[in-house]
Amino acid sequence: MAKKINWFKYSSPQAFYPLAGKMIPWFAVAALLFTLPGLYFSFFVAPADYQQGEAYRIMFIHVPAAWMSMFIYVVMAGYAGMGLVLNSRLSSMMASALAPTGAMFTFLALWTGSLWGKPMWGAWWVWDARLTSELILLFLYIGFMSLYAAIDEPRRAARASAVLALVGVVNIPIIYFSVKWWNTLHQGSSITATKGPTMAASMFIAMMLMAMAFWMYTIAVALMRVRCEILERERHAEWVAEAMRGAK
Amino acid sequence: MTSLTAAFRCIVARDITLALRRRADVLTTLFFFVIVVSLFPLGVGPEMATLRIIAPGVVWVAALLASMLALERMFYSDYRDGTLEQMLLTPQPLPVLVLGKVFAHWLVSGLPLVLIAPLLGVQYDLPPEGLLVLALSLLVGTPVLSLIGAIGAALTLGVRGGGVLVSLLVLPLYIPVLIFGAGAVDASMSGLGAQAHLSLLGAFLLGALILAPWAASAALRISME
Repeated sequence: MAKKINWFKYSSPQAFYPLAGKMIPWFAVAALLFTLPGLYFSFFVAPADYQQGEAYRIMFIHVPAAWMSMFIYVVMAGYAGMGLVLNSRLSSMMASALAPTGAMFTFLALWTGSLWGKPMWGAWWVWDARLTSELILLFLYIGFMSLYAAIDEPRRAARASAVLALVGVVNIPIIYFSVKWWNTLHQGSSITATKGPTMAASMFIAMMLMAMAFWMYTIAVALMRVRCEILERERHAEWVAEAMRGAK
Repeated sequence: MTSLTAAFRCIVARDITLALRRRADVLTTLFFFVIVVSLFPLGVGPEMATLRIIAPGVVWVAALLASMLALERMFYSDYRDGTLEQMLLTPQPLPVLVLGKVFAHWLVSGLPLVLIAPLLGVQYDLPPEGLLVLALSLLVGTPVLSLIGAIGAALTLGVRGGGVLVSLLVLPLYIPVLIFGAGAVDASMSGLGAQAHLSLLGAFLLGALILAPWAASAALRISME
């Protein structure tokens, strides 16, 4: 008879804390292992674009960052919703651990986008639908973090910001479909699930490597942050005192 | 069913009575709106051609700010004197009561803006059909602002620095309403017809009517824990 796995074992902060500690180095190393060939491919292997020349290379940072910015929000809202419905402590801690990384990637996508926009469109910023909705996403992340910080009691803070995160999810499909719904300046996507990538293979490989690198980075950083969050919220618990004594 | 409509009507009547007892609060919102709109010609310059172009955006942004000014009042006094706690305990579903409060709030703070907007539009030399579309877009759009604002007001209830925080939470969610509200007036003045924009605003209103009272109720329960 197969051994029964207790899936909920690691949903308690006490059990998750050491597990997260063990996983962090693996994901950190993986992030590095994807970044180095990713950067090599993006700068030296991928050919210059026939229309955009060398300036398009910012894409290898810009596109994965934009993907992550949207995806992290959905994951964050999912965790927040889980924390709200199931009242599980760890999932709301994960939500607040993901928010700063999501905000960072949103900012990175906007920033690299403006570096791309200057040579392509001749302007640092245009009020295009994609750009505006991505900016709203940044505001939503900031709102989530500010509401969380403004309420002193952690459980109430987690629940209130969870409601906000869920309300903000309406923005994600708007960002995603904005280039289709409004025929604006921002170019359409080069990779679609149905047609396959419309770019050179080495470009595609470089982009996927960078995307994987960002994934690994996000997981490593979120785990680090959730460990801090666990210690902070469980500081009155016995096991935290013991873990701290062991660390010294 | 009748008890639901009775509860709804009771809340609306109560909140309006309360608002009329404190008339100064209502007028503050309205004067704020009028003053903000009137400041722009002084800042931008009095050229009618420019003013006509910026009018829809200016009026809509001023409406956003004015409706935010009134948000704090939506639940705060009830929260302070304990009425809100009683409302949470009533057998009627909370979303219905919240909807009643939002409707009363809109009647007091949103509707006056709709009524005075054409007058302000005249200051900006808008053509008659532009004025009509402006009032119409505000009529459909300002209830959405009140509904979304209710979520923000409920979330920041009793939070320190709540007044500033609510603007950070609510303004990003207001942006789509602003775009299509001002866009409707622009579209009608450039001869494209405002119907598409007004339909989208109507869709926002229906979506917000269904979702916002639930979200605001959940937020109220969290705030009252």
